[in-house]
Amino acid sequence: MTLNRRHLLTLLPLIGATGLGLGFARMLQGLTTGRFDPHAINNPLTHYAVPHFAPLSGLTSSSTPQDLSIPGFSYEELTTANQPILLNIWASWCLPCVEELPFLTNLAHRHTLPGAPPLTLWGMAYKDTPANAERILQRYGQPFQRLGIDDDGTTAIEWGVTGVPESFLILPGGRIVWHTSSSLTEDLYQTELLPLLHSAS
Amino acid sequence: MASSTLFFTHLSIFFSPEVGHFALALACALALLQALLPSLGLWLCRTDPAHGPSSQSPLLQFAKPLTYSHALALLLAWSCLITAALGDDFSLRLIAETSATSKPWPYKIAGLWGNHEGSLLLWVTLLSLWSSLLATVPHQSLHRPTNIPARLQTRLIALLGYISAGFLLFCLTTSNPFLRLWPVPLEGMGMNPLLQDPGLALHPPLLYSGYVGFAVPLAFAISALLEGRADALWAHFMRPWVISAWSLLTLGIALGSWWSYAVLGWGGYWFWDPVENAALIPWLTGTALLHSVIVTEKRSTLLLWCILLAIATFSLSLSGTFLVRSGILNSVHAFANDPARGVFILTLLALFTGGSLLLFAARSHKITSPSFGAFHLFSREGTILVNNMLLCTLCAVILTGTMYPPFMQLLFGRTLSVGKPFFDATTIPLALPLLAIIGIGITLPWRYAPPARTWRRLTPALLITLGNAVPAFWLFPSPLAGLSALFALWVITSSVIDLARRLHALPSGLRSYLRLPRSLYAACCAHIGVGITILGICGMATTQERIIEATAGTHISLAGQDWCLDRLTPQHGPNFEAIEARITVRSAPRSANIITILHPQIRIFPAQNQRTLHVAITHRLFGDLYAVLGSVKNDHNQYSAILRLHYNPLASWIWLGGIIMACGGAISLRPRIPFRIRRKQPV
Repeated sequence: MTLNRRHLLTLLPLIGATGLGLGFARMLQGLTTGRFDPHAINNPLTHYAVPHFAPLSGLTSSSTPQDLSIPGFSYEELTTANQPILLNIWASWCLPCVEELPFLTNLAHRHTLPGAPPLTLWGMAYKDTPANAERILQRYGQPFQRLGIDDDGTTAIEWGVTGVPESFLILPGGRIVWHTSSSLTEDLYQTELLPLLHSAS
Repeated sequence: MASSTLFFTHLSIFFSPEVGHFALALACALALLQALLPSLGLWLCRTDPAHGPSSQSPLLQFAKPLTYSHALALLLAWSCLITAALGDDFSLRLIAETSATSKPWPYKIAGLWGNHEGSLLLWVTLLSLWSSLLATVPHQSLHRPTNIPARLQTRLIALLGYISAGFLLFCLTTSNPFLRLWPVPLEGMGMNPLLQDPGLALHPPLLYSGYVGFAVPLAFAISALLEGRADALWAHFMRPWVISAWSLLTLGIALGSWWSYAVLGWGGYWFWDPVENAALIPWLTGTALLHSVIVTEKRSTLLLWCILLAIATFSLSLSGTFLVRSGILNSVHAFANDPARGVFILTLLALFTGGSLLLFAARSHKITSPSFGAFHLFSREGTILVNNMLLCTLCAVILTGTMYPPFMQLLFGRTLSVGKPFFDATTIPLALPLLAIIGIGITLPWRYAPPARTWRRLTPALLITLGNAVPAFWLFPSPLAGLSALFALWVITSSVIDLARRLHALPSGLRSYLRLPRSLYAACCAHIGVGITILGICGMATTQERIIEATAGTHISLAGQDWCLDRLTPQHGPNFEAIEARITVRSAPRSANIITILHPQIRIFPAQNQRTLHVAITHRLFGDLYAVLGSVKNDHNQYSAILRLHYNPLASWIWLGGIIMACGGAISLRPRIPFRIRRKQPV
C-alpha cells in the first residue's frame, strides 16, 4: 500500500486526537504529582516588589493572656530584612493552615542548622484574633519569627491573597520571587523553594 | 420511621445492594459476551466461504438475548439502588453522601444520578437500553425486505457490547455505586439544595441519552469501515438513530440551560463553562452528522463526512465525560476529582476513539461514493456541505477555547481563563453565515438549483426580513443583536415560506398535506426552532437589570414597569427556613393593572448549612420578569433588602426553540404517516 495524499489526510484526525490524548495523559499525571492544578491562580505580585501595607501588630502580652510573644512587622521591616523571608499567610480557623504548621516549624528549625541557606519564616494571620492564633501556635508549633495579625483582612487584599494558606518568598530588597496558593509540602519545598534559596545565597 | 421507608427497608431483603453489585458484575459479563460471541460468529461466517454469504453461525443467535439480559441486569441493579435510596440505607456510601431522610422522595431517586458513580451507572444503563432498542428492530426477512440486514444489526449490537463492557468494567473497578460504609451514619449528608429541582432531575437522563445515543451512529461508522462499504441504504438505517440521539441531546442541553437560568439566579442561561461546552461540542458535530446522513441517504455522497462525524460526535461525548470526571477542567459542574478514574476513562477513550480513527485512516480509502452527476454548490447538498464546514469550524473554535487554559498551563505553566468575550467574538461571525445559509439551503432542491429560480423563490422571505430591519434595529438596542435577530427571522420566514410553497403546489386539503414527506415538516419545524432560539438569545442580549437596596414600599422603575417591594416575610419550608419578598409589578405606579406578583426567597437549609437564593420568574411571551432577593439587612429594626431585578426580553424563546427543534426531530422519526383521517360516517 502506498501512502498518497488521501491517506495522509485521513491520518490527520488520528494525529490530532493522539495529541489531545497525550496532553490529557500528561495533565492526569500532573494532577497526581501536584504539578498540574486547574484551579491554580497565578499571583500577579510574583516578580514584583512587596506591596505597601499598614504596620501589623503581633502577639504581645497585652493582647493575649499567655506568655507567647511575637513581634508584628511593617512594610519597612519586611523590605529591609537581610535574609530571605518566607511569608506564610494563614488562619487559626483554616484546617489546611493548621495542618501545615508542624511542617513549617520543622522548616524553620532546619534553616537554623549550619550549612542550610538562610531563611526566616514570618506569618500573617488572616481575619484572626490574637487569642485564637496564639492557642493554635502553642498547640501545633510556632515557626514564625514575626507574626502580623491582619484582623480585618485588608492587608491580605493588598497581597492579592485568594485563600489561605498562601506563601510568598521575599528576597532581601523586598522582591517577591515565588508564590504558592496551596499548602507548603516537602515536595514543593524541595523542587521549587530550595533551588531558589540556593541561587539567592 | 415512615411506613414507606419501612416498606423499602423490607424490600431490600430482595433488592439488597449486594444483589445490585452482583447484577452489575453480571451485566459486565453479559456485555462482554454480547460483544465477543457475535463478533466471533461474524468472523467465522466471513472465513467460511464454503457456506456462501447467507451462512449463519449459531453464535449470531446469541446477540439479541444477551443484549436484553444485559439491560435487564442493569435494571435490576437500578432497582436495588432505588430501593436503598427510598429506604434511606445510609450504609451505602453513595446514599450517605447524597441523601438525607428529610429529602423529598423524587429527589431521593434523582439524587442517585447527581454524582459520579450513579451517573455512570445511568450512562451504561442507557447504553444498554439503546442496544436493546436496536435489537428490537425486526431485521430483514422475506416479509420485511426493507428492514435492516441481520448481519449489520448483529455487528452493531456487538460493537455496542464492547463499549458497554468497557464502561461497566470502569464502573465496577473505580466507581462502584454499591460500596458500603462503616460505621453506618445515622443521617445522610444531604444533597445540594440547588440540585433539588425538577429540571435538574431530568437533565442528566436526557443529556446522557443523547450522549450515549451517538454510540449507535459510531457503531454504524465502524461497521461501514470494517466492511469497507457504505451506501445510501446504510445511511437510511442510521438516520433515525442520529435524529433521536440529537433530539434528546437538544432537550438535555436546553433543560440544563433553563436550570441555570431559573435556579442559579445569576440571570444568565449559558456561561461558556467548560462542562457546558463539552455538551455543546458534540451537539454541533451531531447536527452536522444529522444533515450529512440525510445527504448520504438521498444522494450517496458525503459518505466519509458521515463516518468521520459519527466517530467525532461520540468521541467528543466521551471526552466530555472524561473532562467532567477527571478534574482536569476548572469548572463549577465537575464531579469529585479522581485522577485514577481519569486514567481509566482516558484508556477507554484511547481504545474507542483511537481505534475508530485508526480504522478510519486505514480503511476509508475503500469507501467511495458512486457519482450520480456532478456535485453542485448551488444545491441542497452543496449548502449542507458548506454548513457542515461552518459547524465543524464552530466546534473547533469552541473546543480551542475550552482546551486552551489547561493546555496553556501544561505547556507554558500559565494560568488564564477563556470566557464570554472570546466565545462571543469568535462564534457570532461563524453563526451568522450559518443562519444565512440555512435560509437559502432549505429552499434549494437536490442536485442543482438554477440561481435565477433560487432568487425568485427567496425574494418573498428576503423582502419580509429586510422589511423588518428597521423594527429590529429599533427594538434591539445593540446593533449586533438586531442583526442576529434579522438572520434568525430570515431562517424562520424562509422555512415557513418554503413549506407554504410546497403545500400550495398540492391539491388543498389536510389529506394531501399529510401526504407530503414528513421530513419536510420536520426540517421546517427544526429550523423554526433554531430561529426562535436565536431570537431568544438576541432578546437576552438586551436584558435590563437593576441592583438596588430597597425598603418595604420602595418603587423601582425598570423596563417601563413599576416594581414595588411590598413586604418581607419569614416563611417555613419542609427542610428550610426562608425570607420571602413580595414584589408587585404594575404597568405604572399606583396603577390598578397588576402585571404579576413575584415572590423571591432566601432559603436557609440547616442540614447543609447552605443558603440559596430562590429566584422568582414570571414567564411571559415577550419577556420574563425575574427577581432575586440578594440579602436582607436589619438597621435599627428597619429591614432593607438587596434586590436584583431583571427584565429579560424573549428569554423563554431560547428553550422553546430547543423544544421545537427536538419536536422537529421527533416528527421525522416516522417517515410515513401511519394513521388516516376518517370522514364522519353519515348516520
